[in-house]
Amino acid sequence: MKAIRLVRVGDPSPDLVDALVVPLAEEFGVPCSIDVRRIDPLFAMHPERQQAHSSQLLAEILRDDGGGDHLLGVTSLDLYIPILTFVFGEAQMEGHCAIVSYHRLRQEIYGLPHDGELLESRLVKEAVHELGHTLGLRHCEDWECVMASSHAVEGIDLKGWEFCPACRTIVDQERTVSAL
Amino acid sequence: MKKHWEVLVVDDEPVMRESLAAWLAEDGYTVDTAESGREAVTRAAAKDYAIYFVDLKMPPGLDGIETMMEIRRLHADASVIIMTAYATVDTAITAMKEGAQEYIVKPCNPEEISLLVGRIIKVKNLQRENLILRKKLAKQYSFHDILSKNPKMIEIFDLVREIASLRSTVLIQGGSGTGKELVARAIHFSGDRASKPFVAVSCAALAENLLESELFGHERGAFTGAVERKRGKFEMADGGTLLLDEIGDISPKLQVDLLRVLQERKFFRVGGNEEISVDVRVIAASRVNLQEAVAAGTFRDDLFYRLNVINIHLPSLRERREDIPLLASAFVERLSHELGKAASELSEGALRVLVDHDWPGNVRELENAVERALVTSKGHVLDEDDFAFLRREAGHGNGWAAPDNMSLDEIERQVIMATLNRTAGNVKEAAAALGIDRSTLYDRMKRYGMSRTGVE
Ligand SMILES: [Zn+2]
Ligand SMILES: [Zn+2]
Repeated sequence: MKAIRLVRVGDPSPDLVDALVVPLAEEFGVPCSIDVRRIDPLFAMHPERQQAHSSQLLAEILRDDGGGDHLLGVTSLDLYIPILTFVFGEAQMEGHCAIVSYHRLRQEIYGLPHDGELLESRLVKEAVHELGHTLGLRHCEDWECVMASSHAVEGIDLKGWEFCPACRTIVDQERTVSAL
Repeated sequence: MKKHWEVLVVDDEPVMRESLAAWLAEDGYTVDTAESGREAVTRAAAKDYAIYFVDLKMPPGLDGIETMMEIRRLHADASVIIMTAYATVDTAITAMKEGAQEYIVKPCNPEEISLLVGRIIKVKNLQRENLILRKKLAKQYSFHDILSKNPKMIEIFDLVREIASLRSTVLIQGGSGTGKELVARAIHFSGDRASKPFVAVSCAALAENLLESELFGHERGAFTGAVERKRGKFEMADGGTLLLDEIGDISPKLQVDLLRVLQERKFFRVGGNEEISVDVRVIAASRVNLQEAVAAGTFRDDLFYRLNVINIHLPSLRERREDIPLLASAFVERLSHELGKAASELSEGALRVLVDHDWPGNVRELENAVERALVTSKGHVLDEDDFAFLRREAGHGNGWAAPDNMSLDEIERQVIMATLNRTAGNVKEAAAALGIDRSTLYDRMKRYGMSRTGVE
């Protein structure tokens, strides 16, 4: 991983995309920036489900080989894969692409008042988590680790932004390898 | 990184298949996919998966339910999750009735599916831990296929290690079924002869002349029927080890021949005049007490001394009851596999019956009992009822009842008479069998008015 580029999918809030840059750069120790490319998600929309097929969006992001950079799609759309009702994000295991959605990270979805800070923190965790998968990390048994699997916001709120020591070692290895 | 579970996803729709596979891979599972029921069955035949996700609606020929049934035919305990697009109660009921562990309706809530998979894996983990623990236990107490944690047996294991690479003869004594041949093999295979042959002969089975040619071989025309020259067991074992089982049964003539081989490491084939040299380590085994046979004059003392350089006495199973659970579980594990039975465990009741039994036939009898119980068993656990035949047999064996109105003298007279009849009047043997010395036996015979062949 040389750098991280954020690819806007649809029309995500500029503030939220912005909020990812510094935490991701710090967590992975590589530069992070917003990519010029923006993907029109219309082709991946399911008319009845009113959701975007995350695997198809991932395939679209993948058309850019990254040149050593890792690409993270960011979207406000509700994502799904056919077998599941929804996903928070999806990653190409040991690849260079991932996508994350903040649709279901918003308090409003659960009938609660808007909480910008909470939303930002949840989005950072999910972004770190999906990028972690691109480095080959699988779900971690340590519930405080950012790689812990979470299928509900309660789980996301429970875990931290950071990798546990075991996952950290793998992330650091990846960085040294690509720095050489 | 602690999960190594393998999952198979079976769906004819590529999108469904791939998306579920990718999602499960993130969770740390190793995922294989199959695009048809046929392919799924082929994959399942190659290896068993922890979980099978099978789409209900697949092209006719092998639909979801049929695929599941085929998989369960291969792996009776397979965990199958049926995936269906429409939540009709009918299909769900059919799926569950045919043995699906669970069914999910597509699309499924991620949390639900995660909990479902987690629950199944938790059970599999427990089962695997049990298995590993049992294997570890077996390994810990295992020495060349001999299982024991009995102090006497462990002493024997140590001795075997020490003497394995020597050439000294070994005499292994112990009741039938105590594992004499296993110990002989352990000696051979833990020493530096391990890569050379291990040859075993039972001296009990053969008549004198047959045994002679069996041991030393014969030249062509040595006797009627010797149409070809034949190598004997001593030659076959050259460089390795020869086990002479039931050595106590060999004839006086063979005792002399054997003594000569042990002294000179040379012999002639039957009917031959070329002297053959061999380098063979001899291990003798005997169910009867050879020292007593020497005292009784049926076994040459000089041969006994030659054989008895290293003496190993194997305890009976009664003397090592603590090994019974260990041995019984090992037999259940191996034999249930061989017999294709589902039973993998012994209930506490069954263990109690086994530990309490007297096992005159020792470890071999225990093995046979486990096999007999397995053959008729139905469930996953062998319980005390499966071993009911042991109680019945024990009942017969111990059910010796004192005859009515018989004095102790009369009982003694009858026992002595019966023993003399069995030994064909051989007083020395009869005295040995009765555990008294010869002069005592003569006294009694005189008192009861008996001759060597019975009552006068
Ligand atoms: Zn994940
Ligand atoms: Zn971790």
